[in-house]
Amino acid sequence: MSATLITGGLVLEEDGPAVADVLVVDGVVADVAPDLAAHGAEVLDASGCWVGPGFVDLHTHLREPGGEYKEDIASGTAAAAAGGYTAVVAMPNTDPAVDAGHLARFVAERGAAAGYVDVMPAGCLSAGRRGTALAHLDELWEAGVRLFTDDGDSVEDAGLLRRAMEYLQQLGGVVVQHAIDRGLAAGGHMHEGTVSSRLGMQGVPALAEEIVVARDLALVRLTGARYHIQHVSTAGTVALVAEAKAAGLPVTAEVTPHHLAFCHDDVATTDPVFKMMPPLRTAEDRRVLRAALEEGVIDVVATDHAPHAPHEKDVPFEEAPNGVIGLEWAAAVVSSVCNLDAETFFTRMSITPAAIAGLADHGRRIGPGRVANLVVFDPAGEWVATTTVSRSGNAPYLGRPWRGSVAATMLRGRITSAPVGIRR
Amino acid sequence: MRHLLTTEGMARAEIESYLDDADEFVDVLARPIPKVPALRGKTVATLFFEPSTRTKMSFDKAAKALSADTVSFSPGTSSLKKGESLKDTVLTIEAMGLDLIVVRHEATGAPWRVAAWASVPVVNGGDGAHQHPTQALLDSLTLRRRFGGRRGGLDGLRIGIVGDIRHSRVARSDIHAFTALGADVTLVAPPTLLPLDTTGWPVVTAGTLDDVLPELDAVYVLRVQAERGGASVFPSFAEYRSRFGMTADRLRRLKPDAVVMHPGPMIRGVEIDAAVADDPRCLVLDQVANGVAVRMAVLFQLLGGTRGDASRPVERPAERVLVGGEQ
Repeated sequence: MSATLITGGLVLEEDGPAVADVLVVDGVVADVAPDLAAHGAEVLDASGCWVGPGFVDLHTHLREPGGEYKEDIASGTAAAAAGGYTAVVAMPNTDPAVDAGHLARFVAERGAAAGYVDVMPAGCLSAGRRGTALAHLDELWEAGVRLFTDDGDSVEDAGLLRRAMEYLQQLGGVVVQHAIDRGLAAGGHMHEGTVSSRLGMQGVPALAEEIVVARDLALVRLTGARYHIQHVSTAGTVALVAEAKAAGLPVTAEVTPHHLAFCHDDVATTDPVFKMMPPLRTAEDRRVLRAALEEGVIDVVATDHAPHAPHEKDVPFEEAPNGVIGLEWAAAVVSSVCNLDAETFFTRMSITPAAIAGLADHGRRIGPGRVANLVVFDPAGEWVATTTVSRSGNAPYLGRPWRGSVAATMLRGRITSAPVGIRR
Repeated sequence: MRHLLTTEGMARAEIESYLDDADEFVDVLARPIPKVPALRGKTVATLFFEPSTRTKMSFDKAAKALSADTVSFSPGTSSLKKGESLKDTVLTIEAMGLDLIVVRHEATGAPWRVAAWASVPVVNGGDGAHQHPTQALLDSLTLRRRFGGRRGGLDGLRIGIVGDIRHSRVARSDIHAFTALGADVTLVAPPTLLPLDTTGWPVVTAGTLDDVLPELDAVYVLRVQAERGGASVFPSFAEYRSRFGMTADRLRRLKPDAVVMHPGPMIRGVEIDAAVADDPRCLVLDQVANGVAVRMAVLFQLLGGTRGDASRPVERPAERVLVGGEQ
């Protein structure tokens, strides 16, 4: 028998947050009550911390297979555990792309072998992410895939997207769109606006995102499919999502920590660590994104953790690949820049993402009998990171102070990360 | 480490200091032996990742006139072709023992990366459509020598910059230098050639050249950059010329003492008529000549030279022997 007693934290229980002790025995929550006796259990002092369901990331690039020099499933999931995650959805734009059942099983098995978090593979919508024919959707479904996306590229062909929506609507899968119109974005490296004009750099207009979302929402209206919008970056998209939800469409949306933390003014340095797609938008867009997350128009925070090797990112801005890592900072950013109580914080970080992905043992409130997939989060903990757990270092968060630190992460009762703050 | 990367935010005093030194170097370049020993023993490297003849030659000439050694690098024959990164290229050639790097690169911000990697001063010789600060300094020097003499700025001058401003690093550099020196700048271009958002720029914009022509002291004509996506940004070269071209007719309608400038290379018959290019009021060749002096001033200042010993002539032992023979 292994037992851990987490004492004195604000625990997200069935009826809401309350200060209590949590006793975990053999990977399952055994009891939640004030002043529990240790009886030989290892004790984690969580005073001042929030104790809730481990975070769930709907948007992680683990790069394996094919890009192991940037990140692999073990290093990426170690970074996830350090960031308080107990489950991640691995994006399928690997090499080869995850467009068939055996590839999805490979990713899940590698995740299980590493043991840091549960890895749910996402599958491609189109074969080879080529945007011309459907991927092996049934095979992927049987391999446990619930989210389907050509992430990295928009599905351009409305006919193909319609068929994917119709097909997945019956299975219950979620159509996940990386919404950027290729024509409008062509040649662009950053947000089209004042800063791109100053730098003489070609921009990606906000409309490149909004035009795809608007079209896709019309297809959702037609097909009734579950539709999830990745990395919402503009105020215009937020308005479209709000409108779609008001109309009762089965739509969810995510925002990344980098779009919450930074804006296109940061790109004025031409430091490639601020290069990603969709690009950092205006300060006003950022304000609207933060408000939308607080209000729930945007349902979840998703990292779009996108590792790149130093030699790929330490080049002139326009020559750098898109993407930043984020698993280790997402909760800290949300805690630092948004005004969320414990209930809403765990809803956006854990409960809703687990529900969207259909992960039954994640995102559950803390109560007896529940699988102990937990995070102990100190909302007041100030910290500055200078190194990463991820294999890659393309993190705009490094060297900056953040408020809100992960004190411990627990997967099925086992501590997977306890970087700071835990007194044993 | 002092670099010259951008004119944006540059103080008027700093610009004037470069121009004051450059004025002295104009005099040096007019001597029978146009060379001073100011940077003897220093090595200036030119790293041009984008085709250029005049800017690279101008930096070479400037370095040699200061008695510096020069080494150059061009990507066509280099290990970049073999897959070496820009960072490794910079670190490798820096390890050979350089004192200053001039870099031109098609990617916006590349000189900032080079400055971050290198441990010597870096001069931006042009990055993307972003900045080309020595061009702005030589343009400022040319205007100051024409209108203001050898002191001060460009106060009260009205300068129209005409043409493809959206894709022009020259315009982005000139705007800040000219306005810092007290001039008023008007951008004249069709909407497809103006930057998408000029909020906060210290300029006004105009849609036709003819409306502003009579008020201008200088018309700065930009090249129509066909290679930067010139296709479909205006209907035809003929229509461009009729609305924005610096024609002989427009030259006649300028103020009598107004001037015409161009960063080169000119496309005669499109943005500038041959008759205008060859007119004495067109300062293109003054710009080129002043470019050498300005780049001397930049190399001199960044390599730690101080005013006073800048224009001291090279000692020439051979000449002394000759003088001795005359006694």
